[in-house]
Amino acid sequence: MNKYEFKPKSKIRELLGEKIIAISAFTAIVVILLIFIFIFKEAMPIFTNAKVQNEASLSKLFLKQQYYAGHEPKWSWQPNSDVPKYSLIPLFIGTLKAALIAMLFAIPLGVGAAIYTAEFASKRVREIIKPTIELLAGIPSVVLGFFALIVLATALQKLFNFTYRLNAINAGIALGIAVIPIIFTLAEDAMTAVPKSLREAAMALGANPWQVSFTLVLPAALPGIAAGIVLGFGRAIGETMIVLMASGNAAITSASFTDSIRTLSATIAAELAEVVFGSPHYNVLFFVGALLFVFTFIINLGGELILTRLKIRLQGKTTK
Amino acid sequence: MKKIIVASLIMVLAGSAFAANTITVKGSDTLLRLGQRWAEVYMKAHPDVVIQVSGGGSGTGIAALLNGTTDICEASRDMKQQEYDDGKAKGINIYRVAVALDGIAVFFNEANPVKEITLAQLKGIYTGSITNWKEVGGPSHTIILYGRENSSGTYSYFKEFVLKNEDYAEQTQTLPGTAAVVNAVAKDKYGIGYGGIAYGTGVKYAAVKKDDKSPAVEPKMESVTDGTYPISRELYWFTNGTPAGTIKDLLNWALSPEGQKLAEETDYVPLPKDVAAKNISK
Repeated sequence: MNKYEFKPKSKIRELLGEKIIAISAFTAIVVILLIFIFIFKEAMPIFTNAKVQNEASLSKLFLKQQYYAGHEPKWSWQPNSDVPKYSLIPLFIGTLKAALIAMLFAIPLGVGAAIYTAEFASKRVREIIKPTIELLAGIPSVVLGFFALIVLATALQKLFNFTYRLNAINAGIALGIAVIPIIFTLAEDAMTAVPKSLREAAMALGANPWQVSFTLVLPAALPGIAAGIVLGFGRAIGETMIVLMASGNAAITSASFTDSIRTLSATIAAELAEVVFGSPHYNVLFFVGALLFVFTFIINLGGELILTRLKIRLQGKTTK
Repeated sequence: MKKIIVASLIMVLAGSAFAANTITVKGSDTLLRLGQRWAEVYMKAHPDVVIQVSGGGSGTGIAALLNGTTDICEASRDMKQQEYDDGKAKGINIYRVAVALDGIAVFFNEANPVKEITLAQLKGIYTGSITNWKEVGGPSHTIILYGRENSSGTYSYFKEFVLKNEDYAEQTQTLPGTAAVVNAVAKDKYGIGYGGIAYGTGVKYAAVKKDDKSPAVEPKMESVTDGTYPISRELYWFTNGTPAGTIKDLLNWALSPEGQKLAEETDYVPLPKDVAAKNISK
């Protein structure tokens, strides 16, 4: 008998083993569902409780409000105030600013590195670059945040003469560092997955390596690159520790990238631990959490859909 | 066999006695260092007592007291009416005692030529009506505001006392902890920050004037104790009911001349002697 042949000792053991594995798979789903239910339950009073709506109805969360007689209507996040102000617009703007800078920083670097590694690097160089960039994903975000707070912010301020040391650009670049490995890994995988037969056919028709890379491999792998970008964007939206430390946490409604920002995720992290249990502020923070949950869910779903389509395109069938 | 049973019984009993003498202290980050120092020295003198001190902010400590998860709550502010009401509704008999004093210092960068500031100017700066250093006698440059997260007792106190409850300017960058504020101002030539006087090296302390005509007072121990420094406050311990047993012993020791001397050594401001004596639980 071949020693590699798998032969279960008994049917019952096999069945038991299968069930245990199945349970662990379903546990993960149940846990996510429970988290989902819990977050939404705590956010519900915004829609149902009149007392909460008095301070934080949907229109108060998203539309400009005139908080004091004779003042201009504006968006403002000031939860601890005589007149609590719960506008989410400054937080949305902060989140998008940081994510935008992160993507502008990470897409060229991540995709560029992926093209080089998949198409041009020698095998030895690839063996060094790929694990190194993937190791970057393992850096705890608090370390990246601390680096941005102490080193990067000072360097950027010296370089560009920023008024505010901690700003959207500083936070965005630090976020970008966290996003690069996601884009790189998916893009690189997509490009190496392009079938060898396609490349060989192109070469046989007289195409040089550049033509093969940019007119054949890159377009074929485009969905994979897009998925990397989409999933990276999801990470940039949800990432907390880096922005908490590097962004200055000022809820400003402006178009300038050199202002400080306050993101949705950092707001939850900074305020939830101390908020009065069951207050409108508490419900609003959970609502913000629910929004982040929905956004990242949609973004990740989008990313996965693109990846599935890529597989169909490259192999003519779904891999199952 | 019998011996084993007896021995394990003794261990169980000893364990429960041990558990009875565990005191948890939770709350204000401002009071954290003093609370830890008090706990260390007290535990050295009373090896049977275990005191666990943690921070998180006055709000966290108060919430913990109301939820019954801490014995002593440290707070750098009084409880709000809402919190008193919540406590009453939960059947908690809130007992408040001042254990030390603290002044809120205003920090400038060491390179900043501005030395003194009035309370009115401070209010203007932090509410956003004064935005340039030249309006308070400095160079022409935007004032960069640093403050604390809105869960901090220092945030609430500064807002109530200096800002007269107006909102902070939205440009205020909020940082976790006074140490982070000091660090930021030390790095930022045009920064301004606030925090306990117990912290802070590498920055310049502003002399604060109550109004245009009053003298500028630097935040020092003496000026806080005698009440001439305008931005000072009491730091509290809250307990559920009048302290008894070990908690009472710990509290009275903290208020004793020995405990208050430790406060001074840890860069806090001791209570005036008559106030400390009056606060001792009978």
